[in-house]
Amino acid sequence: MEEFAKLLEALVYTSSRNRKLTLIARYLRETPDPDRGWAMAALTGEIDFPAVKANTFRNLMKERVDPVLWSLSRDFVGDTAETASLLWPDNPAVETNAPSLAEVVDTLSALTRKSAPAELPKLLNRLEENERFALIKFATGGMRIGVSARLAKTAFSQAFDVPVEEVEEYWHALDAPYAELFAWAADGGDPPDVMGRPMFRPFMLAHPLEDVAIDKGVDLAEYAAEWKWDGIRVQLVRVAGETRLYSRSGDDISATFPELLDVLSIDAVVDGELMVRGDVQGGETGSDKQGGAASFNALQQRLGRKTVSKKMLAEAPAFVRLYDVLLLEGADLREQTWEQRRAALEAFMPRLPDSHFDLSNLVEARDFAHLAEIREGTREDAIEGLMLKRRDAPYIAGRKVGLWYKWKRDPLLIDCVLMYAQRGSGKRSSFYSDYTFGCWDGDPDSGAELLPVGKAYSGFTDAELKKLDKLVRQTTLNRFGPVREVERTLVFEVAFDSVHTSKRHKSGLAMRFPRIHRIRWDKPVHEADRIESLRSLIRD
Amino acid sequence: MSAPFSWIRPEPWGIHIVPADCWVDPGRAVDKALVTHGHADHARGGHGETYATPETLAIMALRYRTGAADDAGEIPHKAMPVEYGETVRLSGGVDATYIPAGHVLGSAQVLLEHAGERVIITGDYKRRADPTCKPFEVTPCDIFITEATFGLPVFTHPPIEDEMAKLLQALTDHPDQCVLVGAYALGKAQRVIAELRAAGHTQPIYLHGAMEKMCRLYEEHGVNLGELRLVADAEKNDMRGHIIIAPPSAMNTTWSRRLPDPITAMASGWMRVRQRARQRGVELPLVISDHADWNELTRTIEEVDPTETWITHGREEALLRWCELGQRKARALALVGREDEDE
Ligand SMILES: [Zn+2]
Ligand SMILES: [Zn+2]
Repeated sequence: MEEFAKLLEALVYTSSRNRKLTLIARYLRETPDPDRGWAMAALTGEIDFPAVKANTFRNLMKERVDPVLWSLSRDFVGDTAETASLLWPDNPAVETNAPSLAEVVDTLSALTRKSAPAELPKLLNRLEENERFALIKFATGGMRIGVSARLAKTAFSQAFDVPVEEVEEYWHALDAPYAELFAWAADGGDPPDVMGRPMFRPFMLAHPLEDVAIDKGVDLAEYAAEWKWDGIRVQLVRVAGETRLYSRSGDDISATFPELLDVLSIDAVVDGELMVRGDVQGGETGSDKQGGAASFNALQQRLGRKTVSKKMLAEAPAFVRLYDVLLLEGADLREQTWEQRRAALEAFMPRLPDSHFDLSNLVEARDFAHLAEIREGTREDAIEGLMLKRRDAPYIAGRKVGLWYKWKRDPLLIDCVLMYAQRGSGKRSSFYSDYTFGCWDGDPDSGAELLPVGKAYSGFTDAELKKLDKLVRQTTLNRFGPVREVERTLVFEVAFDSVHTSKRHKSGLAMRFPRIHRIRWDKPVHEADRIESLRSLIRD
Repeated sequence: MSAPFSWIRPEPWGIHIVPADCWVDPGRAVDKALVTHGHADHARGGHGETYATPETLAIMALRYRTGAADDAGEIPHKAMPVEYGETVRLSGGVDATYIPAGHVLGSAQVLLEHAGERVIITGDYKRRADPTCKPFEVTPCDIFITEATFGLPVFTHPPIEDEMAKLLQALTDHPDQCVLVGAYALGKAQRVIAELRAAGHTQPIYLHGAMEKMCRLYEEHGVNLGELRLVADAEKNDMRGHIIIAPPSAMNTTWSRRLPDPITAMASGWMRVRQRARQRGVELPLVISDHADWNELTRTIEEVDPTETWITHGREEALLRWCELGQRKARALALVGREDEDE
């Protein structure tokens, strides 16, 4: 607990991403099991003690501190955990001796809503102020210290010099305190045995393709082209009869799409676009642009639900348009080329029911000019654009240059990260409705920072505004008058007309008419675009 | 005979002693002023007669030229030195006595007596030991007019030794960098230096130019600060492994670019709250204050035990609530222009 509290304290006062990585990595190397595993669980937000909520501590405080003094203090400090840790009476009669994190976990897990008010004070009395702060953050979750799950995992990979994609892969199959993960990474043991578990494998991702890159000699003959569908990227995993559906960030969304859980009859891991049936994207089923899918809006009605009604299942049935296969009946195909995997996928298709699966068509084009013509034609068909996949490329997690490209149609779109929010005016004056977003100034996994690139206050519905406002309030890091700096958790797909160089902005560029095209609740921030992608679009 | 205490009247910009037509820490130029200490929000230039301790007058003389009209055309003040413990008779039968307040060099509480009634105006104060000034003295009175800069129960200043240890540890941990400590130029800077010396730190300490004169003034008043050097005269690399002290306002300016890899520290009572520290980009918060913390404020009111407590500035709501809970009579004066952001 002592060391964890020191780590949090140091993280709170560090703004540089690299310094944060160093601090966490050092902690992970120097702290024994299982404490470091519990710390990782806390930093990645994968810890939950149902009997202990922020309100539990609020109530404890109100028994000890005059309510008026409590709320004046809480208002000034701006954080319940910190206010409580500052106001908890130091008890000189009790020797402070901080328990280990493992002991804290044992104690907290054993609590019930009834026993918590009597047991928590005993724990708090053993701690000093910064340890109380750490304990309350640990117990209630939501650290809000500017450390994302991705950053924590990156620090883990740096601490033990293991690839972050492997960490990511094992992570989803293991539970806190991740004993097997540390045994492998820190102590040189065998890799965790995860084959038998229906776990998520990190996605292979695409770079935006710019016209510039075409001139620089991307040879179309080396690539296969597909439509870029406007749904959500999913991975369907079946192992030993158990099926799970994962979103782009590796979240288990099986419960949201129950109709997909008993239609995969063979053990496999497949990659595709989840959409609902309709005739908006590409027109009717079987059209020259494949067709058969509804708009993203139609799909959106089904996202984020924990249970699904029969009516919804009937009105908006989901299906997966497959474009890759990673594992098939015990064989790992990821080392094979795209062509080999495509062949395996095509051979495998007849064993899947048409009702829930189809195969993403390939798009034939003579050359880039022809392909560009085809891409221009996608606008009326509500298709986002085209994907280019290198025929001889293996399936490599992450975003490796030159292997996969996304070639979106106009308007220009870019994925940015929400950084600041400001209150609107008039009807919106109680909402944080003006958003400043940024792009990475390099590789986010090797210490790049976000630079603001633009500001937008339109392109979302009232319901979305409510959700955004709530997120801003929940993830505030700093307040500057009407502006709040938020934790980097949310990706906006920003549409804009053009981009120009600008001396007024630190990023050196300014977007024209940026608006929020879509809120990517599903997309991890490190996958947002880089400044250089935006810069390559400058047409001054 | 007039109503009790009608001779003392709080106005938004100062406290008026009616029979003497004299003001305590007025926020605008007046003919006759009683000044508690040298901080700008209490001591302004341009008064006529200015009653203050010799140390405070010396500090004011540094800031506002005396003897001739200054560039801004302000009226030069006439220095009226009052020693600690000395009582001066003002007109209208008012006696004023200056009592140490423990805030900064020369800081005083002013005890006012008139018609058998006693009023103390504390100015700013603290109860902790401070090698650079005389400690606060508890003095009985009827009305106690106190500050409340840190008047919230979350503010408890830790022992200064702990904060010094943190600062010196950072220096040891990062011998190739330097630690830039933001500290108020009057009082805080000199206290930090004196405490560093007391903790056995004998290395030279580098100063921002704005600190120099005030440090010299402290030394002239018998506060030994050890070897001080100016950043302006130093080579960048010579400052590695050393402590640099600068006013908070200079910390994020281009001036700081001449420092070798500074770790940003700040010596302030506000550093107790993480958010405050983060807002200012502080990496090493040092909770060091020249104001009373919550426990000192409440203990002082209990010890002085006045019939009435008036609160001049700060977070008065919470202190009022505390008085109410203890059934003490209290009121907030809400004086303007008294906020110690850089405290
Ligand atoms: Zn002061
Ligand atoms: Zn003051």
